[in-house]
Amino acid sequence: MEINGEFLEESVRELRQYFRSGSTRSVTWRKNQLTALLDLVHKNEDAISESLYQDLGKHPVEAFRDEIGAIGKSATYSLSCVEKWMAPKKSDIPLLFFPAKGEVLAEALGVVLIFSSWNFPIMLALDPLIGAIAAGNVVVIKPSEQAPACSSFLANTIPRYLDSNAIRVIEGGAAVSQQLLLQKWDKIFFTGSPRVARFVMSAAAKNLTPVTLELGGKCPAILDSLTNPSDFKLAVKRIVGGKWGPCSGQACIGIDYVLVEEKVSSHLVELLKKIVRRFYGDNPLESKVISRIVNKQNFTRLCNLLKDPLVAASIVHGGSVEEKHLFIEPTILLDPPLDADVMTEEIFGPLLPIITVNKIGESIEFINSRPKPLAIYAFTKDETLKRRILTETSSGSVTFNDTMVQFLCDTLPFGGVGQSGFGRYHGKYSFDTFSHEKAVMHRSLCLEIEPRYPPWSKFKLEFLRLAYKLNYFGLLLHILGLKRYK
Amino acid sequence: MSSSTDADEKKKESFNAEAASLLVNNLRATFASGTTRSYEWRASQLKALIKLCDAHEQQIIDALYSDLAKPPLETVAYEIAMFKNSCKAALKELKRWMTSEKVKTSIATFPSTAEIVSEPLGVVLVISAWNYPFLLSLEPVIGAIAAGNALVLKPSEIAPATSSLLAKLLGEYLDNSCTRVVEGAVDETSALLQQKWDKIFYTGNGRVGRIVMAAAAKHLTPVVLELGGKSPVVVDSNIDLKVATRRIIAGKWGCNNGQACVSPDYIITTKDYAPKLVDSLKAELEKFYGKNPLESKDLSRIVNSNHFGRLTKFLDDEKVSGKIVFGGEKDESKLRISPTILLDIPRNSLIMREEIFGPLLPIITVDKLEESFDVINSGTKPLAAYLFTTNNKLKEQFVMNISAGGLVVNDTALHLAVNTLPFGGVGESGVGAYHGKFSFDAFSHKKAVLYRSFLGDAPVRYPPYTNIKMRLLKALVGGGLLGIIRALFGLS
Repeated sequence: MEINGEFLEESVRELRQYFRSGSTRSVTWRKNQLTALLDLVHKNEDAISESLYQDLGKHPVEAFRDEIGAIGKSATYSLSCVEKWMAPKKSDIPLLFFPAKGEVLAEALGVVLIFSSWNFPIMLALDPLIGAIAAGNVVVIKPSEQAPACSSFLANTIPRYLDSNAIRVIEGGAAVSQQLLLQKWDKIFFTGSPRVARFVMSAAAKNLTPVTLELGGKCPAILDSLTNPSDFKLAVKRIVGGKWGPCSGQACIGIDYVLVEEKVSSHLVELLKKIVRRFYGDNPLESKVISRIVNKQNFTRLCNLLKDPLVAASIVHGGSVEEKHLFIEPTILLDPPLDADVMTEEIFGPLLPIITVNKIGESIEFINSRPKPLAIYAFTKDETLKRRILTETSSGSVTFNDTMVQFLCDTLPFGGVGQSGFGRYHGKYSFDTFSHEKAVMHRSLCLEIEPRYPPWSKFKLEFLRLAYKLNYFGLLLHILGLKRYK
Repeated sequence: MSSSTDADEKKKESFNAEAASLLVNNLRATFASGTTRSYEWRASQLKALIKLCDAHEQQIIDALYSDLAKPPLETVAYEIAMFKNSCKAALKELKRWMTSEKVKTSIATFPSTAEIVSEPLGVVLVISAWNYPFLLSLEPVIGAIAAGNALVLKPSEIAPATSSLLAKLLGEYLDNSCTRVVEGAVDETSALLQQKWDKIFYTGNGRVGRIVMAAAAKHLTPVVLELGGKSPVVVDSNIDLKVATRRIIAGKWGCNNGQACVSPDYIITTKDYAPKLVDSLKAELEKFYGKNPLESKDLSRIVNSNHFGRLTKFLDDEKVSGKIVFGGEKDESKLRISPTILLDIPRNSLIMREEIFGPLLPIITVDKLEESFDVINSGTKPLAAYLFTTNNKLKEQFVMNISAGGLVVNDTALHLAVNTLPFGGVGESGVGAYHGKFSFDAFSHKKAVLYRSFLGDAPVRYPPYTNIKMRLLKALVGGGLLGIIRALFGLS
């Protein structure tokens, strides 16, 4: 069927009507949908793996670790907590207003739009969906057309498991996205690039639609000179895992570049080469353990980054590309020029620049002179350095002595700051991001405070002054005529 | 002599995009130097704000009287006292707000510890409104400063006396290297909006709210938009009518003569009860404002002739002719309109299509009170909604089914004074919330921090990938010690 403006308008209208009917409000509906989602994921693991392999050449273990397993965990956690999250939260009301009761009630926003990205096409569609469902909304998911097998999978499979009156998948490219943005939404959740995020937010502004933007940035890994050689080796192992492990560097929280002291840089390069060879074999393309580049456009973009002669001269490992399979092998650059594209743009690929500094503390200024990234990684045992990184830099998150795993922590908010985005999700934050926190105050019609009402007088003014200070004793004296006032 | 000419020259110099850019760069440099980060700095600024209030109360009263003919008691109670309270509460809680929050971690990241650290966003812009020009300028400033930001405040030019008083007093009392006031109108605001801010906090109307958000979109700047809407009051018949009436009056005409974002905009009640309600309103209004409310010193005036004209148009709408049951008097020279009640007006009249923001109170009548929910839900989501009833079931239905920024049962507007409740809108009434800790949070970035150690590394994470690694991984990600043990022993 043709996806045009009329069709979308009608869809949104239907979804809004269903939302108004109240069906998505009940805890039963929400739990049923979350259970159905778990079912969908468990029963279709192979199909999901296959789609991810088709779109990105992802290995099944990577597919499980980063997408399937993560979704399962997220849905299970939300299922066990949703009722708790839905319960109103009591707020303390000052005695002055006695008798009064205050609470904050989480209420569904209504009809929400989720834009997923191509690099984790299943997870970035379903993880926000979990939050939207838990909060009682109706949803349209727009998967990325750059991952067509996954998009197709979602479009075909979601209607078989979830309530299609409430949750719909709309496939398509930029034209469809633009049409979607013309509709009126109660929330838009976007994962992708800053460039497209600007369009999304501008469109949202027309309807005062709140947005969450999960973007990216150049996520640095600071590698301190660790005195214990096995610590250093472990750190490098984790760096390799955090660079090429997730979708061959095409990840918003993947390591973009490494900062290291000049004196250990050659040791680092040696270790990196060794570990890369151990993980990915002598012929990484054949090992089938690393994802490929998503499409021709990104492949060309990454190749162009290496074409700069000064950048090419800085290659200390790798550098070979295979156009037919859209494959670029793990490539390490040592001190490429800082004004080259590879160091001014988010790489989003398997190229790892190593930037050397004299003293590791200089990393802080280096990072601060660039846009705020989604994540900062720091391998160090130096408590002072840790403190400095925490207080002197700004990023979505900071992880010490590891990479990527902050993603698995349901109690930590996942989101950016500055150019890496705003808003957050995961765990309860997903629920909150798709909710309106409604303040509710209950008062009784007895026990009146007369001085609230005109005609005004000096007495009433003094009363209100004391009232605001919550000076109950003073109030008592004042009412009894025992207090002097100006 | 020459210094005053210089000052005049400076004022005439328009504040254009270049000047705005320079200002932001200066503030960014100060922010980068770390001045605003310490607890001591933040506390000193908040204390200075309290001193400002104490030392200049009369000037503030005078400025608000000049801008709005606001009764001194309203200024003291609803602008100054409320603001001072917020400052004091912030001072009391600041250390606690600044402390990072430890969070639990699961077996998936074992061994690890985690916390959430609040950090300032950087350089923020606060754009204020004209109706509570003192409070709505400085209340967000409390949050911005408490959270450790540098800021620019742009007060509303429609309340010029307060605007220039704020510029003068903030210049005297606060650290000018971190906090600045830019006065002006559309041109100056546009120049400011072109810059890259780390947050924009806007209080005002939906039309300008859209402009602010669109400008913010260019720089991916997060926003808080405190807007308005038509806040309805549903009145049941099983209530203490006198108390309810007085509370409605206090929230409507007692709040800047209806020019407040949470003022009751219109009433919905049953056809049967309406006459009683009208009589009660008339009686109490006379007690509060006398027989000649147009002259009452206890009511604010209409802010300017623009708004006076806007409000008059509502009364001139032929759909409401003959519906005025009380008031309706106007004095254009003094910009005054008396408390006016309209009964049984058609739903498609002009006054029911826009936020009134003035001393006109329409009453819509329905056959059964339950119909009021449909009336409210057929419009856009308001900033506040009120219900007067003793029927607990109706209260429950109201709370569950009416979506608004905030709800109050059996009173009006009071929730503003409770700083443990988030104050903000939803849908057309706004994005984001503030007051109390919510203000601090609105101007903070909550940074997730995970601490891992070098002890123990799960080889399952790394290639080459094998079947046993797959099994272990499933168990690890799925959580559950038992699952992990079983996987280790090849039993899954």
